[in-house]
Formats: sequence, structure tokens, C-alpha cells
Amino acid sequence: MIDWCDKCEELMQPYLDGSLSDAQVAEAQHHLELCSWCAKRYHFEERLRHYVRVAVSEPMSAELKARLAALRTPLDA
Amino acid sequence: MSESTPTAADTRRLAQEARARVRFEEEALELSDQVYRVARRLAGSREEAEDLVQQTYERAFRSWKQFTPGTNLRAWLLRILTNLNIDRGRRQQRTPQTTPIDSEAGDYFLYNKLEAQLPEENPDEERVLERLSQDSIVDALAEVPHDFRDVLVLVDIGEFSYADAAQILDIPMGTVMSRLHRGRRILKKNLADGVPA
Repeated sequence: MIDWCDKCEELMQPYLDGSLSDAQVAEAQHHLELCSWCAKRYHFEERLRHYVRVAVSEPMSAELKARLAALRTPLDA
Repeated sequence: MSESTPTAADTRRLAQEARARVRFEEEALELSDQVYRVARRLAGSREEAEDLVQQTYERAFRSWKQFTPGTNLRAWLLRILTNLNIDRGRRQQRTPQTTPIDSEAGDYFLYNKLEAQLPEENPDEERVLERLSQDSIVDALAEVPHDFRDVLVLVDIGEFSYADAAQILDIPMGTVMSRLHRGRRILKKNLADGVPA
């Protein structure tokens, strides 16, 4: 017997990456409509990816930015 | 007659090249915030990331003619950067990094653990997410082994496609996908481990 929640867990990453076949997408969606337990976990994963991206973003220092700008070829060269 | 003064055609060609070079440098500099954002998480420290970005731009400006206009400049810059980073890593650490990954948790593991700690019957995902601090996320990502982290940072932080990540790291696309999936699981396992029981 297939455990649909296990299967849904396996499909989650490729599903959110948009790399599943149409048939697999339909399969996952069908289960997600019936199973709020899995749906909640999919939604969490989606939000987590965004949350991680924001949390680890560190702006570049103005000093480095100036150093990079100074690497440009002088216009009159 | 080659020593004679440059012809009008030569002058025109040189002027065109100078313009193309200025354009290239401007475009590359416009991407520097994004390049740094990725570099910061590939490197171990801020200083290292800054060195890497500076060296990347030095090399890019030296070899600008190797860039094919119309292709992805951000990916081209990151390719230089990851190569520099790998060279540096190999210098610092001669023995290859072997990372046994024990008891890899599934994709629902983190949510299950966080949800179990909330008192309410039916918490929403937002409340669950708030259990993770910014510092804990930075630390959890830093602890993901290099091979997995490189892919994770390029795709999930830098928002590169699988194909771009494959090209940047010079590995097959299938390897990108498998490292990405495992890297995300390792990250979530690290996050779960960092949450006080």
C-alpha cells in the first residue's frame, strides 16, 4: 500500500522547484487537497525558503563598493 | 606602412572597444550587490567574502573580452568567484573533505519538531517559522558541508537556475539537483538541532 504522505514528502522539493512532470504535479495536488497535514508542511517549506534567503542576506560594505568602483578602467586611458 | 598613423578604421575600432569595455564594467558593477550576497555565504567570513569579490572583479575586468555579450553576466562572474573560492579552499585544506552524513532527516522533520513545541492545537506556519532566529539560520547554513552549501547558496540564495548552477560549478545538472535536495535537508536538520528541546 502506498503511504501518500510519505510520497508527498518526497515530491515536495521538486514540486516547489517546478521540476515535476505534469502527472506527478497532479498526483501531489490531489493529495494536498485532501490532506491538510501535508499542505501545511508544503506551505511552511515555501515560506521557509524565503525566510532563509532574507535572513542570510548581508549588504555589501560601502568601502568594498568603492574599492570595486576604483577598479574601472579610467575613461581617458 | 604599419608604423604610419592609425587609419580612421583603427581609431573607430579602438573607440568601439573602449565603449564596450566601459559598458561591460558598468554592467558588472551593477551586479556587485548580488555577487556579494552569494559570496558572503560561500565564504566563511566577511573578510574572505570581500577578498573574493574584489579578486573576482579584478579578474573579470582583466579578461572581459572572454565574456560573450548577451549571455548571463552574473553567472559568468560567479563562475570566476567559485573557482577562486575552490582554489583558496584547496590551499587551506589539502585533504579532501569527507563528510559522512548520518541519519539524514526527511523534508517534514523540521516542521514536525517545531510544531510539536508549540502549545496550541493547530498553529499556523507563520508562528512555527518565528521560532527560528536569524542567527540560527546563518549558523545552520554555515554548517552545511561545502559541496552541498555551494549549490544551496547559488540556487536558494542567489536564485540561479539548476542549469546556471551546473555551469558555474562545472558539475552535471543531476548532481546539482541531488546536492540541492540533500543540502536543504541538511540545513533543516541543522536548524532543528539548533532549536532548544
